[in-house]
Amino acid sequence: MSSFTKTFSSTLGKKLIMSLTGLFLALFLIVHLIGNLQLFNDDAGKAFNEYSYFMTHFLPIKIVSYLLYASIILHAVYAVFVTISNNKARTVGYAQYNGSANSSWSSRNMGILGTILLVFIVIHMKTFWWEYHNGALPYTQYVTELQNPAAVTVTELQASGVELMHSSYIDAQNGVQVVVAKDLYQVVVEAFSHLWYVILYVLSMIAMGFHLYHGFQSGFQSLGFDHNKYFPAIKFLGLWVFSIIIPAVFAAMPIYIYFLTQ
Amino acid sequence: MSGNMNLTLKVWRQENASDKGGFVTYKAENISPDMSFLEMLDVVNESLIKKGTDPIHFDHDCREGICGMCSLYINGRPHGPKRAITTCQLHMRSFTDGETITIEPWRATAFPVIKDLAVDRSAFDRIQQAGGYVSVNTGGVPDANEIAIPKVIADEAFNSATCIQCGACVAACKNASAMLFVSAKVSQLALLPQGQPERYRRVQSMVAQMDAEGFGGCTNTGACEIECPKEISMTNINRMRRDFFTAKLFKEEEI
Ligand code: SF4
Ligand code: FES
Repeated sequence: MSSFTKTFSSTLGKKLIMSLTGLFLALFLIVHLIGNLQLFNDDAGKAFNEYSYFMTHFLPIKIVSYLLYASIILHAVYAVFVTISNNKARTVGYAQYNGSANSSWSSRNMGILGTILLVFIVIHMKTFWWEYHNGALPYTQYVTELQNPAAVTVTELQASGVELMHSSYIDAQNGVQVVVAKDLYQVVVEAFSHLWYVILYVLSMIAMGFHLYHGFQSGFQSLGFDHNKYFPAIKFLGLWVFSIIIPAVFAAMPIYIYFLTQ
Repeated sequence: MSGNMNLTLKVWRQENASDKGGFVTYKAENISPDMSFLEMLDVVNESLIKKGTDPIHFDHDCREGICGMCSLYINGRPHGPKRAITTCQLHMRSFTDGETITIEPWRATAFPVIKDLAVDRSAFDRIQQAGGYVSVNTGGVPDANEIAIPKVIADEAFNSATCIQCGACVAACKNASAMLFVSAKVSQLALLPQGQPERYRRVQSMVAQMDAEGFGGCTNTGACEIECPKEISMTNINRMRRDFFTAKLFKEEEI
């Protein structure tokens, strides 16, 4: 075995990979969350659809998105490796085990929480990512008056033989901005009009909160990071930002859309 | 005597490493709350010997919390319910009259059961032998205070050096990871000038031996530092990681 493979197959190295991929995924959540805030706009999905187009067509972001898929896979695969070797380290368990006396519930259930999240990611990507790339999505045209940006005419375009594509231009003669976009917003609204789907999302976000409560600070420790001043700040960030605020705002989206459709 | 306790013990009995083993229930009667947990077991063993049965095997030596020999996983926790003590320092007053106490051996693949509650912790010795030392030539006695070591560093190295190799960290960890022990042994030398020449070779060989012994990996649950009788902190583990990654990823030669 080369020194390189030896490094990453050691107990410390495997966790280094989990840490780097995990922290990258956590970082991505911030970007994803800020983008998705467009869902709260009262504009029939114009901003959200424009944002979706940008995210899937701007090259640097496309590259990062492949890194992201790789991170999800690596994180999950290494989690399986780590779990298998850790289970091997204790084949006969304790008859009585009082784990709560010395560790947090999250820290002892990262595998279960992670599995929930992986299933969630698959469902989530099927519903939105797959549909956006491969589904027969409707196109919607937004015509905004330049003098009066509040006046927007929304028309769903009928395909009628011609292939529609994303476009955005200023029609100076008529004083309007015209945006034609694949209407992912409609898919979002449709999905979150079902109560069970909203519940699935909310529960998954709770699982994410618990996963990150341990995972965020643990990721820093796996890198060897430890500092009497800054590490408490990392823990604070992990608790408030990554395990409470981010999951809560994400969970608010399906709830908001659900009530919008009722 | 009044105030004495009667307890029920569920004790793991296992003939040898290949035996399957199982729990046997014993009564511990008229136990003084001032006895240590090991003294309580002595009392039970005496009655077993009188009856002509094999006494319960358990490890112990100093009985004053310094040797690290006593073990026992008591009611779901290594060294029982109290913090920062070994089993020999645990008093029976930490239990209530009539209580049922479950006693198990340390559970780890790398710590095979020898008999009953005694496990083989020689894996720790082999990790130590892999690099937990400094090579020095004998010679003239150096002057005292010749090598300046800041107080904070000396204190930290000393804290790491208080590890008694008991294995409670492994027993407590849900992954049966030995990181706290190994990192304490790595740190006590990595912090001091005398440990520098072999610093990066040491961490690599000790980690390699730790993995070869079949201990699990660290997932930062923190159970080890809570259960460690010497309060060795997880800072040691992070220091070991830094040294390990420095050696493996940031140094040109494999030293
Ligand atoms: S680190 Fe603590 S629990 Fe582990 S062997 Fe040393 S003294 Fe025992
Ligand atoms: S017997 Fe020596 S520490 Fe308990």
